Amino acid sequence: MFLSHIYLIPLFPALGAALMFFFGRKLRKPTVSAVCVGSVVLAFLMSCGAVLEYTTWAAEHHDQPYEKILYTWLGTDTGHLNYLKSDGTEAPVQADAGFLLDPLSSIWLLFVTGVGMLIHIYSTGYMAHEGGYYRFFGYLNLFMFSMLTLILANNYVLMFVGWEGVGLCSYLLIGFYFHRKSASDAANKAFIVNRIGDAGFLLGMFFIAWHMGSLRFIDVTHAARSGQFAIGDPLITAATLLLFVGACGKSAQLPLYVWLPDAMEGPTPVSALIHAATMVTAGVYMVARSNALFVLAPKSMLVVAIVGALTAVFAASIGLVQNDIKRVLAYSTVSQLGYMFLALGVGAFSAAVFHVFTHAFFKALLFLGAGSVIHAMSGEQDMRNMGDLHKRIPTTHATMFIATLAIAGIFPFAGFFSKDAILWETWSREGGAYRILWCVGYATALMTAFYMFRLMYLTFHGRPRMSHDVEHHIHESPMAMTLPLVVLAVMSLFAGFLGWPHSLGGSDHFTKFLEPVFAGEAQTLSEEGRAAQLAAGEKEEEKNTSAEWLLMGLSLAAAGIGWGMAWRSYRHADKGYAEPIANLSAPVYTTLLNKYYVDEGYDYVFTGRRPVGDVRLGVLGAGEASSWIDTHIIDGAVNAAGSITRGTATFSSWWDKWIIDGIGVNGPAILARMLSYPARLFEWGLVQWYALVMTAGLVGFAFYYVYH
Amino acid sequence: MLHITTLHYLVLGAALFLLGVIGVLTRRNVVIVLMSIELILNAVNLNLVAFSRYWQGIHGPTALHGQVFAIFVITDAAAEAAVGLGILIAFFRNKETVNVDEVNLLKW
Repeated sequence: MFLSHIYLIPLFPALGAALMFFFGRKLRKPTVSAVCVGSVVLAFLMSCGAVLEYTTWAAEHHDQPYEKILYTWLGTDTGHLNYLKSDGTEAPVQADAGFLLDPLSSIWLLFVTGVGMLIHIYSTGYMAHEGGYYRFFGYLNLFMFSMLTLILANNYVLMFVGWEGVGLCSYLLIGFYFHRKSASDAANKAFIVNRIGDAGFLLGMFFIAWHMGSLRFIDVTHAARSGQFAIGDPLITAATLLLFVGACGKSAQLPLYVWLPDAMEGPTPVSALIHAATMVTAGVYMVARSNALFVLAPKSMLVVAIVGALTAVFAASIGLVQNDIKRVLAYSTVSQLGYMFLALGVGAFSAAVFHVFTHAFFKALLFLGAGSVIHAMSGEQDMRNMGDLHKRIPTTHATMFIATLAIAGIFPFAGFFSKDAILWETWSREGGAYRILWCVGYATALMTAFYMFRLMYLTFHGRPRMSHDVEHHIHESPMAMTLPLVVLAVMSLFAGFLGWPHSLGGSDHFTKFLEPVFAGEAQTLSEEGRAAQLAAGEKEEEKNTSAEWLLMGLSLAAAGIGWGMAWRSYRHADKGYAEPIANLSAPVYTTLLNKYYVDEGYDYVFTGRRPVGDVRLGVLGAGEASSWIDTHIIDGAVNAAGSITRGTATFSSWWDKWIIDGIGVNGPAILARMLSYPARLFEWGLVQWYALVMTAGLVGFAFYYVYH
Repeated sequence: MLHITTLHYLVLGAALFLLGVIGVLTRRNVVIVLMSIELILNAVNLNLVAFSRYWQGIHGPTALHGQVFAIFVITDAAAEAAVGLGILIAFFRNKETVNVDEVNLLKW
């Protein structure tokens, strides 16, 4: 019943959004809240029902994905619209308005609607005193609709629709305070940087359609696993690399991550929902969804892994010294997304998804907690002006502390399990080929613990550093805000248990649940091969268990060291406290504080907002160059043509006036006039003279005839 | 007894015609000019009637063409007088004169 009406899940938020756009202005705030939160609650309940129903359905159908096609959206049912594939055969152009539910989309469905619902509830409190309330909730609901379309799409084209939809909503919500220039600039930046990624996604899609002959996930996966494409197929490598460009844009990976920190200009619930928990994981989702293709392209996988690891350590190092509470969290998000791509790149798809899942809870919690702090601090976001808040906003402190423990990877919080799964897979896959990347990931784990506890100590402990006015107004947030915090804190504690690893005596339900999506390789093996692999695996596992424990110990040690360093440096932070990194090396500190000058570099090279010497490069440079060409060459040619036309016209006009009219037309007239002067003399108007002449003539004639 | 011949008529007609022509050429008053034209026309009529009478002497009493012609001329003269006087009145209304010297509009 839920499965067959799965299209209702995105429909509810869509209706909510439509209602807000058409009638929102006239509705009162409680009505807006009821409609918009209600629509997401309905979507969440529907999702729970659908996933539950799917698990029983899948048990009866060999773990197949459930597909529900409403109608053919692009192309024709009869297949008249064909294109030529790379192998010379024809394939129909087709995309359906169809929905696909499998374990992968189930997980996304649950946490997107779940976290989305909590953030909607939180927003009713956070945005209570803001203008544009209905606009905000309309955008949020539109976002939910787009995200659910992205998740539930059964083909790349429909996924791309959702992909663009979330991009649009991200733009609208980052620029929610559009009267602030920094906000509208940040929105533009996010939108434009994402366009670069989207171009990659589109091209990747074309490659897939060209090579595989379909854009339906089921068809593509089936074709990829059928064995007709060799591992390392250049077209598939190209397609996957292009898809990864798209993922880089949406999921803020190097070198397209620059928009995410700026996206913090949006209201904090937006940062939590879009720029931490859901939208930015769309890239991970897309790569995981295309896992069958990526498995065929080891080079792409390597690129994904390296980019992921570099992003993780790069963003974490910037996060070490940032002072804006939301910016620390933004870089943390970029860094954690890097982890996810590292996992995808080494082939540990389910570990990546697991981290997405746990990260959604604790990162949403951190952002919402930060929002609660900002709310309490009357809009202050700079941690240098905070301190000693733990007694005044205890619920926020407690829940954020749980989230910090989770993200730092302290046992048994959610982050521990997912991060450890990634690090373990990176360490052990391909006979240890990725151990350099493991080192990077390990360093990142240490940094993560440090910057998160730094954030906690600077915000909640040490000496109060805010002004008296602000201090006077500090208050715990209303119920609508703290309740989601508590729920998310509970999830941050328990969500990891779903993936309790075998080595700790668990059964890793999470990986098992995802197996039908990612276990494509195993299906191609024969029965004997699989048995042999299992036997070898068991022997390996015994040896590995001790190694895994060792790695877990190391991870915990890293988290502990990071925590300890932060505790030592910031526990008593007072006004003008010292940054340990600045003490260590001032240039390093400045570089990190200025985010490696990447934005400046991009301004020099890509946007051209900063000239290199006298020359501008990048987009503005190209603009200036084409402006010069336009004014000088194109307009010059236009003006030259104009001048020539004008000149010939002047001559032609002169010719017409003086030669044609003068000589040709007026000439004969003047001549006729001149000749008329003597003729006129005969006509003087006296009738009797005429009569006399006539008479004289007659008499003359008479005489002539008579006397001749 | 004096026998009136065609020649007498013709002489009378020529005299009338001359009087008419002189009147047309010399008088300044348009009314007089029009009257002089009537004289010319009637001189012609006299000729026609005279030749008709002469013709009856040769071809018998039915040779009346000349007389019929004279009646046409009289009719024509009446029409012409009407038109001429009409023009004259219209002219007088505009120029307040019937002096033919001053009727010199029809020139270059």
